[in-house]
Amino acid sequence: MRSDTFGITVENISVTYSNAHLALYNASCYVQPGTITGLVGPNGGGKSTLFKTIMGFVNPNQGRVHVDGLSVKMAQKRQLMAYVPQADDVDWNFPVSVADVVMMGRYGYMNMLRIPSREDRRQVSESLERVGMTDFAHRQIGELSGGQKKRAFLARAMAQNSRVILLDEPFTGVDVKTEKRIVNLLLQLRDEGHTILVSTHDLASISTFCDRTILLNRTVLAQGTTADTFTEENLSMTFGGLPLSSLPQPRSLPQWHHE
Amino acid sequence: MNNLVPVFGFLGPLWQWLMEPLQAGFMIKAIWVSAFVGVVCAVLSCYITLKGWSLMGDAVSHAVVPGVVVAYALGLPFAVGAFTFGFGATVIIGYVKSQTRLKEDAVIGVIFTGFFAFGLVLATKIPSNVDLFHILFGNVLGISQSDIIQTLIAGGATLAIILFRRKDLLLFCFDPNHAKAIGLNTQLMYYTLLSVLALTIVTALQTAGIVLVVAMLVTPGATAYLLTDRFDHMLAISVATSVISCVLGTYFSYHLDVSTGGSIVVLMTILFALAMFFAPKYGILVQKLRRQMPQVPTV
Repeated sequence: MRSDTFGITVENISVTYSNAHLALYNASCYVQPGTITGLVGPNGGGKSTLFKTIMGFVNPNQGRVHVDGLSVKMAQKRQLMAYVPQADDVDWNFPVSVADVVMMGRYGYMNMLRIPSREDRRQVSESLERVGMTDFAHRQIGELSGGQKKRAFLARAMAQNSRVILLDEPFTGVDVKTEKRIVNLLLQLRDEGHTILVSTHDLASISTFCDRTILLNRTVLAQGTTADTFTEENLSMTFGGLPLSSLPQPRSLPQWHHE
Repeated sequence: MNNLVPVFGFLGPLWQWLMEPLQAGFMIKAIWVSAFVGVVCAVLSCYITLKGWSLMGDAVSHAVVPGVVVAYALGLPFAVGAFTFGFGATVIIGYVKSQTRLKEDAVIGVIFTGFFAFGLVLATKIPSNVDLFHILFGNVLGISQSDIIQTLIAGGATLAIILFRRKDLLLFCFDPNHAKAIGLNTQLMYYTLLSVLALTIVTALQTAGIVLVVAMLVTPGATAYLLTDRFDHMLAISVATSVISCVLGTYFSYHLDVSTGGSIVVLMTILFALAMFFAPKYGILVQKLRRQMPQVPTV
């Protein structure tokens, strides 16, 4: 068996949206199992589109995606893929509690009526504990700080217990302390054998926790171990020749949080 | 004993006000039918307000008109025609949206008015005893036995589907991407929610009429949404305000000799306004106070 039947294989993907905007062309990349892989590129460079294609939310005009050798649909049916959405994609006024959200990670294991079993409840409380959100389990999700919101959705992905976890911009709008905390959780999950793909435009943190890096601007420009890929030359190619200092650094923004 | 009379003296007239209409068989029917419709609409309205499908509700309700006319002309149950055309309109809306560059609200606006206009043309041309006024504004006081049966079947089916799929539908409203990520068929859920919407409109057609049915599909859920952060509480509040409005509205309609659908929706709107101003957490009043006195706790 070839080793690349595991992990995520993206073959020659092109995506054109209905407004004729070409978001991605001929993008091919490979996410090695048991690693944390950073997906890096400028805003509008197709990171979200590639994520949505891997998750099957967007159908590519050409190309294929395989997850552990299976089609995306099959992989999802087998609970192989978890997704942590961007904060902007969530309706924070929705009348659900943190515990409700984390329980949604277990739906794929339940019967038609989605009545939680003892195991489901155990997984939910364990996930909440691991992200340090047990005390907030019954809060409505809109009442959380930016960092707590991220941790709640990370807990959902953990409760889902899937081999592959995709996180879309997990560090936007969180303070340095929360970022460290999330990174530590990701490292733990990797060591437990999960495959993790993180999209981010926060370049500063990439080399601290990403084993591998994929550079993306409309197509995959470079990929490999972070040490090999994360070079000044590759980065300036990806970000259009701009000097690194001119890039947005979200970490330097003032942070808002309350505990 | 006697000194209690002035205190509870109002109870006598109130009792009479409540009991007198029940002498008439049609009123008993009208009251329990509208209470039933109130429950069905209230349950669905929680999903519709959270999904942001109010305009879709308006569209489906107008699109059923040609279906009702055709069904009467062919001697079919009105519910069959109404459901077919209501659901059909949503399928066409989905198709047109996917094939053109138009935004959804424009597509909905074009399709539902087209269906409605077609219904008007049919209703004025096809000789039948369809009373257009009853389709538009409801006629629960004169509801026939067969219409009650159809209302019960459509409403019962709605409640059964929602009860059976309630968690998946809620997940679909909240986070369709996650629903997809765990392998659920979101396309199927989209059409399930649409067909339940069409069924609910069929249920409420006789009580509120197509013009006001959207109020019954949105207002109870919107009122409840302002009052709570928990979905199960939202369901309970929605059903309570809806049933109170439907039953009292039918009474007012009898006593004041006014439109039934109209008085039901007026009551619902009054309850909504009360919630909007006086809700303990999201009410306008509390938010004003909070702004002026920062020491008022926020949770």
